[in-house]
Amino acid sequence: MTKSNPNAPKRLALIASKGTLDWAYPPFILGSAAGAMGWEVGIFFTFYGLTLLKPELTAAVSPLGNPAMPMKMPFGPENFQNISWPMPNLLMANVPGFEGLATTLMKQTFKNKGVASVEELRDVCVDLGVHLVGCQMTMDVFGFKREDFIPQAEIGGAATFLEYAADADVQLFI
Amino acid sequence: MDVIKEDQVLDCTGLLCPMPIVKTTKAIKELEAGQILKMISTDAGSPPDIAAWSRQTGNELLLSTEDGGKFVFFLKKA
Repeated sequence: MTKSNPNAPKRLALIASKGTLDWAYPPFILGSAAGAMGWEVGIFFTFYGLTLLKPELTAAVSPLGNPAMPMKMPFGPENFQNISWPMPNLLMANVPGFEGLATTLMKQTFKNKGVASVEELRDVCVDLGVHLVGCQMTMDVFGFKREDFIPQAEIGGAATFLEYAADADVQLFI
Repeated sequence: MDVIKEDQVLDCTGLLCPMPIVKTTKAIKELEAGQILKMISTDAGSPPDIAAWSRQTGNELLLSTEDGGKFVFFLKKA
């Protein structure tokens, strides 16, 4: 994955370290946008980001400890939908199923607004030839095997990322 | 009055970032060099994004217009 040709396209190197629904979006949005602009893209999935390589995405969102997250209702008149509902931690920590509710509301709001799902964006990345690389060390730690991931996933370690990132024009840790 | 004649039309109405540029990329791949794609979007991020996409890919942005929240772009395949 070295960039030997100086006339090669621009390169984007991302680390995706988080596995919640809200944090699943940025790497796939940037990866697909860069791919669409003809850039070469590698996304390295490590720690909780690894779950984004599983065939069935189960990413959820937790408003707990996420105090700046606005909660929006995906139904009703527009002025109702635009209200940012306060979500006290005491409520979120104690109501069973609250995370599931928050996840459902966020997915529906995104869909209503015309945002692609994480699954669609990942498919776009695959179509555009984005390298999706799982971190071997965290796979061992969390008990993931190569077969747990989509077939397009590649495997690598810190040196793989660093070599790729050293030749990248943009590097981001997400 | 349109002075530019498009060869293909892509309607991205209702789609948000990054889908307009993703679909534009796919649509432009179907064209021959020199042909023109007309892209319609309602995403307010599209004017700067399409301009950036044009600079990055070399496909020329011939015209960019806005009318009441509807954005229209004419892109010439490089």
